[in-house]
Amino acid sequence: MAASGIPLEALQTSFALAPVPAVHWLVIAPPVWCMLVGAILIMARKRMGLQSWLAIPALGLLALMDAGLLVAVIREGPITMVMGRWLPPFGIAFTVDLTGALFNLAAGVAALGGGVAALGDIDRTRRAYGFFPFLFLMVGGVSGAFLTGDLFNLYVWFEVLLISSFGLIVLGSEREQLDGATKYAILNLIGTTLFLIAVGILYAMFGTLNMADIAAKAPTLAPSAPMMTLGLVFVAAFSMKAAAFPVNFWLPASYHTPRIVVAGLFAGLLTKVGVYALIRVMVMMFPEEGNAYSMLIGAVAIATMLTGALGALAQADIRRMLGYMVISGIGIMLTGVSLGAQTAISGVIFYGLHSMIVMLALYLAAGVAGRMGGSFSLHDLAGLYAKSPLLSAMTLCLFLSVSGLPPFSGFWPKAMLVKAAFDFGAWWQGTALLVSGLLTTIAAARAFALGWWRMPATGAVDPMRMQASEWVPLLALTLVSLAIGLYPEPLLALTLSAANGVLDPSAYLHSVFPAGVPTP
Amino acid sequence: MADRSPRRGERRGMDTLIFRTMAPYLTALMMLFSVFVLLRGHNQPGGGFIGGLIAASALAILGIANGVSAVRRALWFDPIAIAAAGLAMAALAGLLSLFADVPFMTALWAFPHILGTEVALSTPLMFDIGVYLVVTGAITTIALALEEREDD
Amino acid sequence: MEGFMAIIVGIFFTVAIYLMLSQYIIRILIGVAILGNAVNMLIFVAGRVTREAPPIIGKGAETLPATAANPLPQALILTAIVISFSFFAFLLVLAYRAYQALKTDDTHQMRLAEPEDAPPPPLGY
Repeated sequence: MAASGIPLEALQTSFALAPVPAVHWLVIAPPVWCMLVGAILIMARKRMGLQSWLAIPALGLLALMDAGLLVAVIREGPITMVMGRWLPPFGIAFTVDLTGALFNLAAGVAALGGGVAALGDIDRTRRAYGFFPFLFLMVGGVSGAFLTGDLFNLYVWFEVLLISSFGLIVLGSEREQLDGATKYAILNLIGTTLFLIAVGILYAMFGTLNMADIAAKAPTLAPSAPMMTLGLVFVAAFSMKAAAFPVNFWLPASYHTPRIVVAGLFAGLLTKVGVYALIRVMVMMFPEEGNAYSMLIGAVAIATMLTGALGALAQADIRRMLGYMVISGIGIMLTGVSLGAQTAISGVIFYGLHSMIVMLALYLAAGVAGRMGGSFSLHDLAGLYAKSPLLSAMTLCLFLSVSGLPPFSGFWPKAMLVKAAFDFGAWWQGTALLVSGLLTTIAAARAFALGWWRMPATGAVDPMRMQASEWVPLLALTLVSLAIGLYPEPLLALTLSAANGVLDPSAYLHSVFPAGVPTP
Repeated sequence: MADRSPRRGERRGMDTLIFRTMAPYLTALMMLFSVFVLLRGHNQPGGGFIGGLIAASALAILGIANGVSAVRRALWFDPIAIAAAGLAMAALAGLLSLFADVPFMTALWAFPHILGTEVALSTPLMFDIGVYLVVTGAITTIALALEEREDD
Repeated sequence: MEGFMAIIVGIFFTVAIYLMLSQYIIRILIGVAILGNAVNMLIFVAGRVTREAPPIIGKGAETLPATAANPLPQALILTAIVISFSFFAFLLVLAYRAYQALKTDDTHQMRLAEPEDAPPPPLGY
């Protein structure tokens, strides 16, 4: 355009003029790739055969991109790409630090596992209603939320993943689904609207939406602005998204109603986005307000994990029991957020990654159990061990992992969190963590004893085989959990430095503003 | 959404002669206007979103007057496929800057002379056309679903 | 002007919350729609309502005139309107389907997914 009339110095203040290294394209690649593949799958939705042949390799490529992005972030530190050359704080920036890249990779792996499992679980009619396009749009929304560096953009990605999750949850339109979906949809929409309210208030106070810019300006603005109010609205909004105690009733009302793969993907991906946003906003952007609210978040966390664990104890339907276990896990993560120290935050990130993999795998295992046993109720389910020892072995591993017992991936983050709590002097939080772990162990062990170990009243049981679309993702995810549990060192180091990057965002700020944060 | 009852194909929309005669012309005019609004959008008020809304309301008018099946025949493609094509086009418009070594979604321009006139082609235009298609397709899908519902 | 608008926004929020506390889905939906509008107005006020010139760069000029309105809240609101509109359309269709399937829009009777008389798990083998 009319760039000729403007001196170069003026252009440099508002435009990114340096050429972009090819590796930086990985920052925007996952969401753009998901949108593109989703669009192609919608256009090709009449070609049922083509859908899965396109979707599974595309999901595999997505996981590879996510892994490449993580490697790039480990090598270079936080990476920023600005949209359309406009420099922040005016342009929208995608900024990826270690936390975002780790969550993003786990989401990609979970999506691949869910996609493979869907080949068997989602029948032709439901695929015709667009399972795979919705899956891609949802995963695109999830990775966009993990990778963006702009608060309003984060809201948009929340809505992208929300509307595609609506499409997934009503897939098939059974009566139970419609009931659950109504509650899920309305309450989640109110939750994201709360987030938008917070963004509006924040814009009125800061005049900027770039996360790095806000993080840099928050300390100077704190004495003169209603920062505590703002912080409380953010905490409320993200608690609702993450399913924390007083505002979590949409989760047990809906997560057991859709197809099991959909439920597993929701349990793995969606609530974690809320926890991630809470870390990003209350720990990185507003650390002072986060500290001030640590008592509140800590109390909410304890209520969440104890009600979650008690709810899991009270359910006869294994899908509903798993829903309550998701909630209990959210409470465990919130405990770490309220503690706020480096070991605690790294424990939260570690637990989030573990939970994405293990919760999806548990739902898949419950789906196989439901198919083999003909019911999801612990009253009718029996003899699964005799039917399929392989399924039982994997389920037992996953149950131990979700209860936080060694040698599985759930043990390490929980140990870190308990240690952080007692180091911090918060013995009540440490005790609550241990008690909720005990309750979860009891619930899981009882489910295993009744559904898997117990022989049916009729006596004889015929062995059954798992289909490839059932055991391949289940085995892969279980092995990931086992591998993390047996050799946690690399991930431990990564989450520790990720937590460091969140608590001291100077590298993040430098990536967005290489020349220093602009002063108004 | 709703199950197709055999009766639905019979109904032809609203029973007023004037409206039914005028609607196709009105729709054609509005479609033309929507493209005009889309193209002037770069430097003046207008653009893909508002153009797409105009196009969608044009199709909604046709649906009210002549029935939903007439709109589906006239569109040739399924509206949701049109929206998907727009989404793909918008994403590709951003990705073109990959080849120019500039950040995602940076505007790239070309000024070819076609028939003696300079034509300004750019990736923002391509993105805007994508938005136009997304809005047209998505809103038409909803509108047609709601219009079909009235027959129940 | 901001003070007046703030009161209007407050009234919108009041109405929205009152409606959302209802037990009937249709009222809740109307409340959600009003809530969306309340938030849009909140963002609009957040961008300061003082100037009236549209934020368009005139012919020959390189920058916005100093009197122009803040364009960012308008872009944000446009996005938010599109999103809340599409969500509202989806929710209406969903509520209608749920009403057809469940024969009620009373949330007290919508207990299909969580039956009231669900048995506790067995206490032993």
